Amino acid sequence: MNHFRRSTLLAAAAALLLKPLAALAAWNKEAFGAKSAADALKSLGASGAAPSKDIVIEAPQIAENGAVVPIEIQSNIPGTTALTVLIEKNPFPLASRFTFMEGALPFVKLNVKMGETSDVRVVAQAGGRSYTATKEIKVTIGGCGG
Amino acid sequence: MAAGPMKMRATLAGGGTAASYTDVRVLMTHPMETGQRKDADGKIIPLHFIQNLTVKVNGRTVVEGETSQAVSRNPVFTFRIKGGAKGDRIEVSWLDNEGQSNKTEAAVA
Repeated sequence: MNHFRRSTLLAAAAALLLKPLAALAAWNKEAFGAKSAADALKSLGASGAAPSKDIVIEAPQIAENGAVVPIEIQSNIPGTTALTVLIEKNPFPLASRFTFMEGALPFVKLNVKMGETSDVRVVAQAGGRSYTATKEIKVTIGGCGG
Repeated sequence: MAAGPMKMRATLAGGGTAASYTDVRVLMTHPMETGQRKDADGKIIPLHFIQNLTVKVNGRTVVEGETSQAVSRNPVFTFRIKGGAKGDRIEVSWLDNEGQSNKTEAAVA
């Protein structure tokens, strides 16, 4: 009886411990650790993206505060399943990546930090192909050190 | 600063037409430390940032996000869900590099 109790407790504890680990595994360490946008895209299997006008990037031309730069991105390419945001001149360019499943529109708005004036590159993946667009954002005060 | 509460609002946009969608705006309280800042004593403040986030509609995952330390402190994200109806349950959760997590739920209004 006691033994049985202990083993169920252990199983419950193991389940609790394993859960966050399993979720953490979904974070692409190699891509996020890349020091160039090209390396990050290679790790994500999204190199050789074709330029596209169907990716819309809404962002200020000049960001006074690099710590909070609002960026709104949207893909009008049919069947878009992922959107990736890279800030080319940040120490680690890959800022975020979103995967969209049935029921979600390929749209996201977020705030990012920018160390200096840089191109912001968005890569959309649709039907096994990659598409890209960039927009330059000028930064007055950097938001990475400080 | 420690990670803290979340706030979320989900509203129907597009007035019930074919192009209607649900706007999900979510705020997460999190320091999003880059690992490059120093404290008053000149010691580096360790990396601490949200790595994963998940958006669910009525229990089904629709968006999965992976984020880096380049996302601003106290992140605010806006997502759009196709269609949607009043009362749909939206759930957003996050997980950071220290294994801390949080989630919030709201009904579409």
